[in-house]
Parts: sequence; structure tokens; C-alpha cells
Amino acid sequence: MGNTQTVIFKNKPVITGSYAIVGPKEGDGNFGEFFDYVMKDDSFGEDSYEKAERKMIEQAITGAIQSAKIKPSSVDLLLAGDLLNQIISSSYAARQFNFAYLGLFGACSTMSESLAIGASLIDGGHFDNIVCSTASHFSTAERQFRFPLELGNQRPPTAQWTVTGAGACVLSKKGNGPVITSATFGKVLDYGINDVNDMGAAMAPAAMDTMLSHFRDTKTGPDDYDLIVTGDLGKLGSEILIDLMEDKGIKLGLNYNDCGQMYFTREQATLCGGSGCGCSATVFNSFIMKKLREGKYKRVLFMPTGALLSTTATQQGETIPGVCHAVVIESNVAKNSI
Amino acid sequence: MYYLWVFLIGGAICMIGEILIIKTNITSARILVLFELVGVFLQAIGVYDYISGFAKAGINVPIIGFGASLAKGAIGAVKANGIAGIFTGGLTATAGGIAAAVFFAFIFGLIFKSKTKK
Amino acid sequence: MTEKERNEAYNKYVQNKIPKTRAWPSLFNSFWIGGLICVLGQGINDLLLLWFPSLAEQTAWTLTLIILIFLASFLTAIGVYDLIGKFAGGGSIVPITGFSNSITSPALEFKREGIVYGICVKMFTIAGPVIVFGIVSSMLVGLIYLFV
Repeated sequence: MGNTQTVIFKNKPVITGSYAIVGPKEGDGNFGEFFDYVMKDDSFGEDSYEKAERKMIEQAITGAIQSAKIKPSSVDLLLAGDLLNQIISSSYAARQFNFAYLGLFGACSTMSESLAIGASLIDGGHFDNIVCSTASHFSTAERQFRFPLELGNQRPPTAQWTVTGAGACVLSKKGNGPVITSATFGKVLDYGINDVNDMGAAMAPAAMDTMLSHFRDTKTGPDDYDLIVTGDLGKLGSEILIDLMEDKGIKLGLNYNDCGQMYFTREQATLCGGSGCGCSATVFNSFIMKKLREGKYKRVLFMPTGALLSTTATQQGETIPGVCHAVVIESNVAKNSI
Repeated sequence: MYYLWVFLIGGAICMIGEILIIKTNITSARILVLFELVGVFLQAIGVYDYISGFAKAGINVPIIGFGASLAKGAIGAVKANGIAGIFTGGLTATAGGIAAAVFFAFIFGLIFKSKTKK
Repeated sequence: MTEKERNEAYNKYVQNKIPKTRAWPSLFNSFWIGGLICVLGQGINDLLLLWFPSLAEQTAWTLTLIILIFLASFLTAIGVYDLIGKFAGGGSIVPITGFSNSITSPALEFKREGIVYGICVKMFTIAGPVIVFGIVSSMLVGLIYLFV
């Protein structure tokens, strides 16, 4: 290893099942038709939004296991995380299952963090089936990071909308489905952004660094992928990333996009787009997985970013560190067979 | 036609608040504190009553008026009761507003739940 | 390039990159809604004095503000005030109704954490500074007037 941040998987862990559940607003968004389940109301029949978020993760995990066509008893390990303090949504959801559990915190990068760790554990031959999951909920994130829902304030033009949704997938040693071929673990970067309403700008440098490391370690370039997709940089953040990469001499073309930027329609007025763990997790476990299974995408570089801030650190005047982990997923279907 | 003054002055004060929000991304707590302190200051230098003479609700309804009442209460109580007035004046003058805000928030807090944004 | 220079350059670049929204619509909305709330207050005050001519002017204003605070608190509770706020910005924050909204909204938001630790403790998360700064600054003014 030494100078490399990238793991190339020899045994190529298979994503055998996936599931995405979202709230009603997300269901009306651009990916609406791809989600497995759209909730009619984002309290999901629970008396608090925290409980709703937990229930979404539970449903996503159960759904992913069913979609992988394996028995719950054959799952060895659950890797999950979310945005709430002490990652309660994931840990409390894990009570419902009889798996070993590792709680992760990578903020909105949790989906690729769990995929990268899960794939490493399977590639090493330690486990057979691992479930990776993450979720976010608009109303729980607002109350923890921002303001009460009923406060009459305005959102600045750089603000993004936390996606209400959970995604989960099953990584297996054997089986049918797209495979994870490599993963690049990212460094924490902080370029001194302190505006909590401008997460995209805070996270873009981390995305740039991970992308450069990934291209260097794997000797690939943007043209080697059918899709390069960041998580929730949003409209502004992804434009910044394109500029940063251009500064480094790499031109991102039309195959680059951002889940947050694509998530909502223009009419939904979410300013810079979607954000949150659920943003990249639900797009990955629905739309991207579908295209990989169909062979429409042959090779995808999935690299959600996370802003590793807390309200305490922000109030103490700290700037916002960002992190980004990348995984490469390749289709198991030959492209010419479509 | 003093309603026109009320509208124009009240609107202008609120628009200054909006300009601050757009220019500096200031949060609503800071906006409220800032305008309140403006009211305290205007009362302290003695020009508030002159402005409210023609602006009426245009300056009484914005939180500037709340700040002015605090200062006016403190000044009046100091003149009447000396040093104890420093402590009693401000809150006495604004007790109605604070009590109402707390009381209604408590009652509605017991009855209603916050709804998600669309 | 040191880290500090890099960060300064990046912040400057980001500032230029931030989408410029047209300010006029929101300024206009804050103006007419803010003005309207003040006119409403004036109307309430005039009606009070009309119906109860014996009211002292100061008492009438106190009652006016209490009624505005009630209305804002109620609109917050039924989920309307945040919509007005989204539209009007400063127009609904600066009037006393914004103060009321800032107390009622956390009370509703945190009721699930219980009456004591939810409603009562969190009620002042936004409005607390308003009360603290108000008391402290008015006391300073009182102190000054003690000597002049």
C-alpha cells in the first residue's frame, strides 16, 4: 500500500440486492419512478420523525435482503450510518435485526464508506453477505442542524434540501449482479468554508482530492467511466468540482453529474438541489443499480461526499471539513448484449 | 391618512431587515436582537417618541418598538425609584408582550405539532 | 502557497461563484408584508381606542402587541407563519410577530422531548438572546439615566 488510497478487489464483491425508500416530495422528484417505495407521508405512521427515519432504514434493509433473494439469517454484518447525533437511526434500527453491526459516520458519504468497507471485508474472505445502509430525513436534519420547521425564515440561494429517504444494498461473495471492482478511501480536506448553507463548496475539495487519487491509483481517467457521480455537492458544488478538476488538468465531461443536482425538479424549488445521506443512497440503490443491472452503464464511479460538521463546532467558529470515498461498480451484463 | 405613514415606515424597516438577510446571511435571532438594540438606542437618545408620533404602528410593531419600551421602562423607573428601577423598569414595561409570547407558545405547543415543509 | 492563502483564494472564488438571485422581488415582498403587519397593528390599536375610550394609550399599545403576538403564535401553530416567512423574509421576522413565531416554533418542534425539556427549555433557543440583550441593554440605559 504505502502511497495508495485505493483497494483493487480481486474477488469482486457482488451487489446482489438493493432497495430505496423515499418521502413524498422525493417521490415527485426526477427519480420518482425508480424508487422501490414512496411514503405517502413523511412521518411514516410514527409519532416522531426520528422514529420515521429509523423505520425507513429497517424497511430498506429488509427490502434489500429480499431483493438479494437470501435469508436474513445468512447476513453476517450490517454497516450503517446516518446524520443524527450518535447515529441513532442506524443503531436503533440495528436492534431489530440479528446481525453483527458496525455503525459508521461519514455524514453524506456514508453510502460509499459502507460499500468500500463492506467490499474490503468480503474481498478478504471474511464474510459472505454484508448489508450496507444509510438514511436521512428532512425534518430530523432541520431540527438538529438548522431551525424549527415552523420558523418563518428564508433559505439562502446556496441552500440544499435534505432528502427524506433510505437506501440499502446487499454485498455478497457470490451471486448475480453488478460487482465492486475498486474503492478509494478519501482524506479529510478543509478549504476554510464556514457557511453551513454552502456545503457543496465545503465538500468539493474533498471530492477533487479523492477523484485525483482514484485516477492516479487506478491509472484511469474520466473517459473510462460511463458515469461519474458525486453525492450531494448540489448545483453549486458540482460546478466548483468541475472548475477544481480543470485546474488540475482533468476535464469532466457530460458523464459527470451529481445526485443532489439531479434529484429534484425545477418546480420543486430546492435551490441548489438535494443533500443528506439519503440523497446518494436512494439514487444509487434505485436508478444507478437499475442501469448497471441492465448494462446501460458498464462502469460507474460513485463518490458521495460528506460534510463532517456539527452544530457545536460551527458555533465555536470552526470551518467545515469534507470527506469523499469512491467506489467503482461494474455491470455484470456485457454492453453489446443490449 | 397616517395609515400610509404606518405602511411606508413599517415596510421600510422590514425591508432593511431583508437587505441585511440577503447581504449577510444573518439568522433571524440576530436580526431580532439587532433591531431591538436599535430601539433601545433610539429611546435612550430620546428620539423614539418623536418618530413614533407620526410613524405610530410603523415603528411600534417592529421589534424596535419592543426595545424602545424596554429602555423607556428602565428610564421611567430609574427616575421614579432610583437604583431599583434599573432592575425593574425594562421588564415591567414589556411584561405583557413577553408573557403573551411565552403563554401562547406553551399552550399551542401542548396542542399542535410542527408540520413538515413542502 | 500556504494553507491560509489557499483557503482565502478558495473562499473568494466561491463567493464569486454563488448564484446571484434577483433581490428586488424579496425586498418588495418584505416591504409590503411588513408594512401590512404594521397597518394591522395600527388598525387593532385604533379599534381598541374606539371601543374602549377609557384605555390609556400605553395600555392600548400593550394590548395591540398581545393580540399580534397571539395571531402570530396561532398562525405558527397551524403551520401558516413559516409560509409567510418563506415569502416575506424580513417582512415577517422584524415585526413583533416574528418574535412570537421564534418562540412558538421551537415549542412545537421540540414537544416530543417532553413538556419540561422540550417545550419549556427549547422555547427560548431563538428568542432567548432577544430577551437577554433587551434586559441587559435597557439596564445599561437605566444606569446611564441614574447619573444624568
